[in-house]
Amino acid sequence: MEANMHNMEERLWSYIDGAVDAAERTVIEKLLQENAEWKAKYHELLEVNSLLQSSELEEPSMRFTKNVMEEIAKTHIAPATRTYINKNIIRGIFIFFITLLVAFLAYGFGQIDWTAKGDTNIPVDLSKVDYSKFFNNTYLNVFMMINVVLGLFLLDRYLANKRKEFQKEA
Amino acid sequence: MSTGQNDNEIISLVLRGDQQAYATLVSRYQNYVFTLSLRFTKNREDAEEVAQDIFIKAYKALADFKGNSKFSTWLYTIVNNTCITFLRKKRLETHSLDKEGVFEVADSQDSGLRANMVEQKSKVAMVNNAINMLNPDDAEIITLFYKSEQSLEEIAQILGLETNTAKVRLHRARTRLKEKMEKHFSEEVRDIYN
Repeated sequence: MEANMHNMEERLWSYIDGAVDAAERTVIEKLLQENAEWKAKYHELLEVNSLLQSSELEEPSMRFTKNVMEEIAKTHIAPATRTYINKNIIRGIFIFFITLLVAFLAYGFGQIDWTAKGDTNIPVDLSKVDYSKFFNNTYLNVFMMINVVLGLFLLDRYLANKRKEFQKEA
Repeated sequence: MSTGQNDNEIISLVLRGDQQAYATLVSRYQNYVFTLSLRFTKNREDAEEVAQDIFIKAYKALADFKGNSKFSTWLYTIVNNTCITFLRKKRLETHSLDKEGVFEVADSQDSGLRANMVEQKSKVAMVNNAINMLNPDDAEIITLFYKSEQSLEEIAQILGLETNTAKVRLHRARTRLKEKMEKHFSEEVRDIYN
C-alpha cells in the first residue's frame, strides 16, 4: 500500500517536472481523469510545487560583495592546471613503457623455435626461454623494480590529475 | 560597467586582469551561494563566511573554468564541496547526513524559525522555514532545482551523481519537505490545501 503510494508520488512528481515520455504522460493523464485518489494527490503535489517555486532566496549582509573584493585584492588567480602539467613528460613515460614491453616481447618471440614440432600445438617451450641474460644481475633487478614502481606512481599521478581536471570541469 | 554582460564575458575580463569585474559575478550570485551555504550551516554567520570562502576559491580557480558548462553549475560544484568540508570540520560525518538524526537536530534547532514564522505568517516564510528544517542534502537539492535555475542533469553534475539518482533524491527531498510542512505547519498547510 505504502509502496503504491510512493510509486504514485514519484510518477506524479516526474509528470509535474515534465520529465515523462509521451506514453507515460498519456497514462498519467488518464489516471488523473478516472482515479480520484490520483487526482487528489496530484493537486496536493502541485500545491507543494507552487509553494516551492514561491520560496525566496536569502540575502547576505550589505557589505558582502565589498568583503569578498577586499579579500580578493590580496590574492591572485592560480594558473590553469593544464599549463603546469607537461604533456611531453606523460608522453615520454608512455613511450618508455611501450618500448620496454615491445623489447620483452621481441626477445620472447626471438626464443621461439618456430620449426620445432612437439606434442602440443604451442610452439613455445617456456622452460627453455633464457631470462638469465637479462635478470642475472641484482642491480638490474633493483633498477627494473624501481622503474616499475616509478611508472605506476606516475601513472597514478596522471590519472589523479585527469580526474581532478574532470571534476573541476564539471 | 559590466552588469549587462554574460558570465563568460565577465570571466574573460577578470582573466585579462580586470579584478573589479569579478564584483559583478559576486553580486549576481551572492544570494544563490549564500542561500545554499545557509542550507548547510543553518546559521547566517557561518553561511556568510562559507559563501565568502566559496567566491575566493572560485576566483583563484577561475583559469580552470573552460566554459563547457554554465558558470553557475561550476560555481555550485564549489559550493557543494566547500559546504561538505565545512560540515566535516564541524564533526558531522557526511554519511550521517542521510540519517534521520540530523533531521531531528535541525528540528530542535528550529524553534527560532518557528517564532519567526508566527510573526511573518506567510506561505513563503513557511516554505523557507520548512526547507531549513530539512537535512542539508535535501535542502540543497530543492534549492538547486527551484531557485538556482539548474536542470536535473546539471544538479547531477554538481552533486557528482547519475541523473536518475539526482531525480530520485529530489523526489524524496520533496516528500520529506511535505511531511515537515504537514507536521510543523499543519494549520497553514490545511489552509493551502483547502
